[in-house]
Amino acid sequence: MTPHDFIQIVLFIAILTGLTPILGTYMGKVFTGKKHIMLPVFGWLERRIFRFVGADPAEETNWKSYAFSLLMFNFIGFVFVFLIQRFQAYLPLNPENLPNVSWHSALNTSISFVTNTNWQGYAGETTMSYFVQMIGLTVQNFVSAATGIAVMLAVVRGLSRKSTDKIGNFWTDLARSTLYVLLPLSILLAIALIGQGVVQNFKPYEPIQTLQGAHQVLPMGPAASQIAIKQLGTNGGGFFNANSAHPFENPTPFSNFLQILAIFLLPASLTYSYGKMVGSARQGWAIFTVMLILFLAGLSISLYAEYSGNPVFGNLPMMEGKETRFGITNSVLFSMVTTDASCGAVNAMHDSLSPLSGMVTIINMMLGEVIFGGVGAGLYGMFIFVILTVFIAGLMVGRTPEFLGKKIGAFEVQMAIIANLATSFAILVFTAWASVSSYGLASLNNAGPHGFSEILYAYTSAAGNNGSAFAGLNSNTLFYNLTLGLVILIGRFGVIIPVLAIAGSMAGKNITPPSSGTFRTDNWLFIGLLIGVILIVGGLTYFPSLSLGPIVEHLLMNNGISF
Amino acid sequence: MKTLLISLKIFLVFTVLTGIIYPLFITGIAQVIFPAKANGSLLVRDRQVVGSELIGQQFDSAIYFTSRPSVILYNPLPSGGSNYGLTNIRLKELVTERKHHFYSFNQLDSQTVIPSEMLFASASGLDPHISPQAALLQVNRIAKARHFNDIYKQKLIVCINDLTEDPQFLCLGEVRVNVLLLNLEIDKIQ
Repeated sequence: MTPHDFIQIVLFIAILTGLTPILGTYMGKVFTGKKHIMLPVFGWLERRIFRFVGADPAEETNWKSYAFSLLMFNFIGFVFVFLIQRFQAYLPLNPENLPNVSWHSALNTSISFVTNTNWQGYAGETTMSYFVQMIGLTVQNFVSAATGIAVMLAVVRGLSRKSTDKIGNFWTDLARSTLYVLLPLSILLAIALIGQGVVQNFKPYEPIQTLQGAHQVLPMGPAASQIAIKQLGTNGGGFFNANSAHPFENPTPFSNFLQILAIFLLPASLTYSYGKMVGSARQGWAIFTVMLILFLAGLSISLYAEYSGNPVFGNLPMMEGKETRFGITNSVLFSMVTTDASCGAVNAMHDSLSPLSGMVTIINMMLGEVIFGGVGAGLYGMFIFVILTVFIAGLMVGRTPEFLGKKIGAFEVQMAIIANLATSFAILVFTAWASVSSYGLASLNNAGPHGFSEILYAYTSAAGNNGSAFAGLNSNTLFYNLTLGLVILIGRFGVIIPVLAIAGSMAGKNITPPSSGTFRTDNWLFIGLLIGVILIVGGLTYFPSLSLGPIVEHLLMNNGISF
Repeated sequence: MKTLLISLKIFLVFTVLTGIIYPLFITGIAQVIFPAKANGSLLVRDRQVVGSELIGQQFDSAIYFTSRPSVILYNPLPSGGSNYGLTNIRLKELVTERKHHFYSFNQLDSQTVIPSEMLFASASGLDPHISPQAALLQVNRIAKARHFNDIYKQKLIVCINDLTEDPQFLCLGEVRVNVLLLNLEIDKIQ
């Protein structure tokens, strides 16, 4: 690595940290109903929407109604996205006359986009019409991110209120996140990306004759508008098959920098908003610090692995599946950010990363997508680990565990464990199934331990609602479409529902004023403990599976063995 | 029932807002401020579209600079990489094949270090760039194929230097040269 590589990383972290309090303060105002700068622009629209819908934005509900509204809304989105894929051949904006999508692929894709996963078993440019991309997928890019923010807000309210059963209004949270946060930022980012060369049009594909006289068809479409929200909403579903490695989707190093920044921007800033909303910015910074340390640890290991030579290829820089304009550093940085943040966009093919780098991307997802994590989802996922941490710390000193003055009881710990086990169960059971079945193994692109890693990556990505892939695995089959769809659902709602239950239960509790015996959750001791719990509870579960895949592959590669 | 009705209406509102108005609004702005870029950065020569500045092309003729290996042979429907892991024996074989081909095609001695991007396939299969070093290694072969003398050969090197892009804003990304732009440029050498 050269100083040039380090400068890019430092610049990224500096800008991210600098923007966190700015955007965090703004979002704090938006979510608590205070005056803010976007109110004159979109305030009228919010009032109009609620008049049309016939809901009272100020009317709050308990956690069960909140969860019910959320599920209902997501279900409608799921049905709609499914249907328009099944009938896209009869719908407008399909200049390439793409046929209807198969039922199991459409099912998988609609589950995946509604849940902010954006796993793609299909290739965008040869499967989806402009109509489906815009009216189906782009919409879900927005509202699935807004759903994540809504759940997070419900939890924060549960923590900061006392003796009530009300945790907010789902429709208000959804509408405000979309109107005041996601939409304005997407407009800015989309325009910046077009300035770098991302396409945005409704033209049919452009057939051309190359300089050498060959035939080439250039795909077109309204890409920039979707890519902006794909990154800001940590969705990750590419407009084209190669995702952000495609030159039309990510044409320059600057567009790449903007996209990486956009992935982390909201999850990072939300930690600050959270601090503000519970009345102590330090609480937010403590979580931010935990996330940043875990991110840097993964990045260091991954960079080390990618820059180390290996006996198979000697000291050649490992450029397989990477783009010249990004080079190794930007590819590794992107791969870390996208797997930390449950985004799933890629600017390099993760399948071709060196075994240890590939392993770090898998671990990032296995830890529960809490290293910044998905928009909203990263923070509510982190609260699960916080509850476990204060519980374990409480056991160690023999005091009732507390978090922000709320006593943590058996119910909260049970819910936290359910959320944690749901994802690990889904990952391990389905990986095991796929690796011993002929239909599971038929989709592999690589032999040996790397083949196992492809399967492990797929289910980990689905359970973490990430959506990136070791894309050599042909997942567009009946078996993978259905099992991955199921794992995505478990990974999303198996966490959201317990988390909302915790929010409801916490809201009903009283707040104990802090005393000298209170276990603080905003200092270095807590930061250290929380990291420990994340690594032990989140990570150790998966150690055996990792040793069968990337670890053994690394050892074999270092002995010059190929398959 | 009330929740269902509200859900449906909210869904309708956001579908219209983020699925129709937003992309149309962005397209409108794009077509006014950056029409060329929004339509694919197309390159025109003699009133014929010869490609996009951003999308690489397959070059195997001796008179042109070669692009990176591509699994899809630069056919963008659909884009993608090999997804071979580093322990995949096929990848090892391909790299050896590409190395031999690069040496013999460019008449280089086997001590020359070939830049890595010429041996490994790109992620998109459409990578428009190679490193300037990889371009310089091809100059002798192109000069010979075009029957250029030394003065004209110097012009090829000047083209590479002129079209070499430094890291963006001095710090982002890698040094690179666009193969299609380079080949269009050397076609102009008289």
